[in-house]
Amino acid sequence: MNRIDQLFQNKKKSILSIYFTAGFPGLQDTLPIMEAIEAAGADIIEIGVPYSDPIADGPTIQESNNQALKNGMTLHLLFEQLQQMREKVSIPVILMGYLNPVVQYGMDAFCKKCKEVGVDGLILPDLPMQQYLSEYKSLFDAHDLRNTFLISPQTSEARIREIDQNTDGFIYMVSSASITGARKSVSPEQIAYFERVKAMGLKNPRLIGFGISDSSSFQTAAAHAHGAIIGSAFIHVLRDSKDLKKDIYQYIQSVIS
Amino acid sequence: MDKAIIKVDENGFYGQFGGAYIPEMLYPNIEELRENYESIMASGDFREEFDRLLRDYVGRPTPLYFANRLSEKYGAKIYLKREDLCHTGAHKINNTVGQIILARKLNKKRIIAETGAGQHGVATATVCALMGMECTVYMGAVDMERQKPNVERMRILGANVVPANSGSKTLKDATNEAMRQWINNPVDTHYIIGSVVGPHPYPEMVARFQSVISAEMKVQLMEKEGRENPDLVIACVGGGSNAAGAFYHYYNQADVRLIAVEAAGLGVLSGKSAATTVLGKPGILHGSRTLLMQTADGQVVEPHSISAGLDYPGIGPVHAHLFDSGRGEFVAVEDEHAMQAGIELSRLEGIIPAIESAHAFHALKQIKYRSSDVIVINLSGRGDKDLETYIKWGNY
Repeated sequence: MNRIDQLFQNKKKSILSIYFTAGFPGLQDTLPIMEAIEAAGADIIEIGVPYSDPIADGPTIQESNNQALKNGMTLHLLFEQLQQMREKVSIPVILMGYLNPVVQYGMDAFCKKCKEVGVDGLILPDLPMQQYLSEYKSLFDAHDLRNTFLISPQTSEARIREIDQNTDGFIYMVSSASITGARKSVSPEQIAYFERVKAMGLKNPRLIGFGISDSSSFQTAAAHAHGAIIGSAFIHVLRDSKDLKKDIYQYIQSVIS
Repeated sequence: MDKAIIKVDENGFYGQFGGAYIPEMLYPNIEELRENYESIMASGDFREEFDRLLRDYVGRPTPLYFANRLSEKYGAKIYLKREDLCHTGAHKINNTVGQIILARKLNKKRIIAETGAGQHGVATATVCALMGMECTVYMGAVDMERQKPNVERMRILGANVVPANSGSKTLKDATNEAMRQWINNPVDTHYIIGSVVGPHPYPEMVARFQSVISAEMKVQLMEKEGRENPDLVIACVGGGSNAAGAFYHYYNQADVRLIAVEAAGLGVLSGKSAATTVLGKPGILHGSRTLLMQTADGQVVEPHSISAGLDYPGIGPVHAHLFDSGRGEFVAVEDEHAMQAGIELSRLEGIIPAIESAHAFHALKQIKYRSSDVIVINLSGRGDKDLETYIKWGNY
């Protein structure tokens, strides 16, 4: 069974997904970071494939993408690093990346490799649903890959239903009209949006991302959805860390406890 | 031949190029535009205002000028479409006038735009001043340094110019930043893209606003030559908006050769070039599938051209299709040759062209034509903004 499906079957709330950029802060940090995330008690690992032009990302993740590319990270190298990951990591792993590097790698080869190393799902934010359905869905399904779509406060109810219909795994709720990056607190408008979507009775679980950074914002998100995704705030921790293993543990513990 | 029919399909594809590869956060904005732009552009209200502003404010129709001495030198009948005489000095304003009327019909309150050399930024700041709308222009920090006079022009016009500090700090990064800010302000803001790039419907919408260029050419050629069609149309291509406008009404006229001139920079194979059709492969940038200069790993490569307006790693999807289908002929002109052509036009016709447009003139030396041919070169902008580059080059 796909690990994402399994997770959502066994755990219904307070699910924490942690994003980091492959190749950041150091080129060889990928596996040690993944192990530390799992050891600290997070539920999902989201690995960002670095791209030169990440248009949905704020300054923090832009910077981690740049640094990772400077360090020499490529999709080929990432798959090499992930070759033995299932000996060390058991929680679901998702690859998040912009479409162009994936398309240049070759979508067939990419899906095959994902399956081979044990990747469970994909988030390709600039892959339109129409293209996904007409060109890629059968390929993703054949390799048991869950494809996650994003929704935002501006997404219409009809569109959310369409996304829910064509998604499995989970839906990524972008918390506000914004690019990625930590914000201070969750506003009443955001909570109204979380509740509006919650009341729609979607078949997929929902994780809230963008602007989640600490215990308080995580608890708020967890109260209105199945859990949350932390990206930029975690990149800050990695950026400032002298001892990755210890700092990752402390940060994730501070969020979930 | 089906392949040669240049037409956008309902999903925004020209052949295999185009589409709308955007994050879901931008979907409502793009959808609103896609659903409304055709009906708004077709409405009598819109047409009346657009035509009036192009006439009374931009100064259209721009002349189609028979370039006597240039014709003599090259042995053909050469006409120049004088977009350099538009208000603000280039064709860019045709599009910004169209888009700002559209933005008002969509009840948008704020305008954002990207700019490279600053021409599109100035054209956007200009129409925002005209309409009393708030305007923010994103510009690469490196370009802001290189194009200071245009930064100040925008500020004089009341625009807020914001540096893009990511990546290479040039046009592509300014475009990224504008898209990010649109994600952050999805409801009240319209994004005026300056070229035939971006997600559908932008490439087609911008091309239609610019198509006034070839629409006028047809009428003017009929007056001067007794025929609507020239034998060749030549235009430079960065993203490709002036070329799209000059080609638009000739896309499906098989007897008209469409010559698209890219910037070869220091040489196509020098590693310092912007000749996308030679160096690019199909890829996805700024919301559309097009030819793109990129590494084997799919990272976007930074282009080079002496002219900031051609310094873009992709081309509009319609141009990728013109190339792919064989309908367009693509040539690449080096920095040095473009500069020489700029000086030559200055000396032969008394017109100092923008360095972008100067590329198109050098193409005369790189293509074959007959002495009986009627050639129209789209003189997309004037050289005032490039004086410093001419002076630095110094070879005149």
